Amino acid sequence: MNNSYRIALAGNPNTGKSTLFNAFTGLRQHTGNWAGKTVSLAEGTVRHKEKNYQIVDLPGTYSLFSNSVDEEVARNYIVFEKPDITLVVLDATSLERNLNLALQVLEMTKNVIVCINLIDEAEKKGIKINERILTRKLGVPVIKISARNKIGFPMLLDTIDRLVSGKIECNPVQTTYNEEIEEKITTIESKISNLVGNTISSRWLALRLLDGDKALLTEFNRRLVLNDQVRREA
Amino acid sequence: MDESNKISLFQGKKGNLIKISSISLEGVMRRRLLDLGFVPGAIVEVIKKSPLGDPIAFRVSQTTIALRKEESMKIEGELVNHE
Ligand SMILES: Nc1nc2c(ncn2[C@@H]2O[C@H](COP(=O)(O)OP(=O)(O)OP(=O)(O)O)[C@@H](O)[C@H]2O)c(=O)[nH]1
Ligand SMILES: [Mg+2]
Repeated sequence: MNNSYRIALAGNPNTGKSTLFNAFTGLRQHTGNWAGKTVSLAEGTVRHKEKNYQIVDLPGTYSLFSNSVDEEVARNYIVFEKPDITLVVLDATSLERNLNLALQVLEMTKNVIVCINLIDEAEKKGIKINERILTRKLGVPVIKISARNKIGFPMLLDTIDRLVSGKIECNPVQTTYNEEIEEKITTIESKISNLVGNTISSRWLALRLLDGDKALLTEFNRRLVLNDQVRREA
Repeated sequence: MDESNKISLFQGKKGNLIKISSISLEGVMRRRLLDLGFVPGAIVEVIKKSPLGDPIAFRVSQTTIALRKEESMKIEGELVNHE
């Protein structure tokens, strides 16, 4: 492939995703329609070290279980559009709440970078965050930034560069569930991976099926039909 | 555990701290509440009651969230004393 990569920004509402997006992309922005729905997402580009990045600003949500249109759009983008990197933007002053979404993303996709934003606010409040311990526990790079004050950007861009060029690898921590659930996952996971190959995390899909996520199955069917049409027309 | 300390979030008084023990709701509403931080073990503060007691504002993992009676009645926990 050429030197072009896609990055999605995900996170809770109000964590500074659009601020980061604007700081990165400046005037190189437009809105595009995605996933058949009339939800438009802001897209923009940034260039760093001879590489082009296309950045998509996803709607802010507390969760990605498709309880709402916003959650569905964000989830579908991460799972089906498969960005090269998903940047999860967290609010440093409210990590406990924000990590819920981060852990969900880590179950969905491999290449994740966690940005702890509003680090200026956290410091004012006397909150200290050890990003190295978090990196070790989450299995993906964790970087402290302030999107508004453009702090931590060189480190973030450098990490993005190292990830897409294969110099570092993510190993996202997977939540372990109780014995009953883990047994069921094991039972259906291999069947799922026979069906979807390694395009989608079979563990994540197994969990969604066990949760009875009908909306996801509908989305799957819709996309299979679309793919068929595209193939027939080609 | 002292059973007499058990109350629903709906019964909480302004300023009360309640440690959640159970959520008797199913489906999307249960999912939503869990995502918002109403999980077993979490300590929730009663912030403000509206004149008719519905909805009620709660403080849960650093965010203020208002719940209707339908939901707050179905979340139980024990009163935690102020330190
Ligand atoms: N102090 C401080 N404020 C910030 C920082 N980054 C963003 N903000 C502020 O946080 C608020 C929310 O920022 P947005 O970029 O709109 O957040 P968002 O994640 O796009 O929000 P949604 O699109 O609603 O999910 C704005 O008032 C920003 O100015 C930061 O690093 N420090
Ligand atoms: Mg935004």
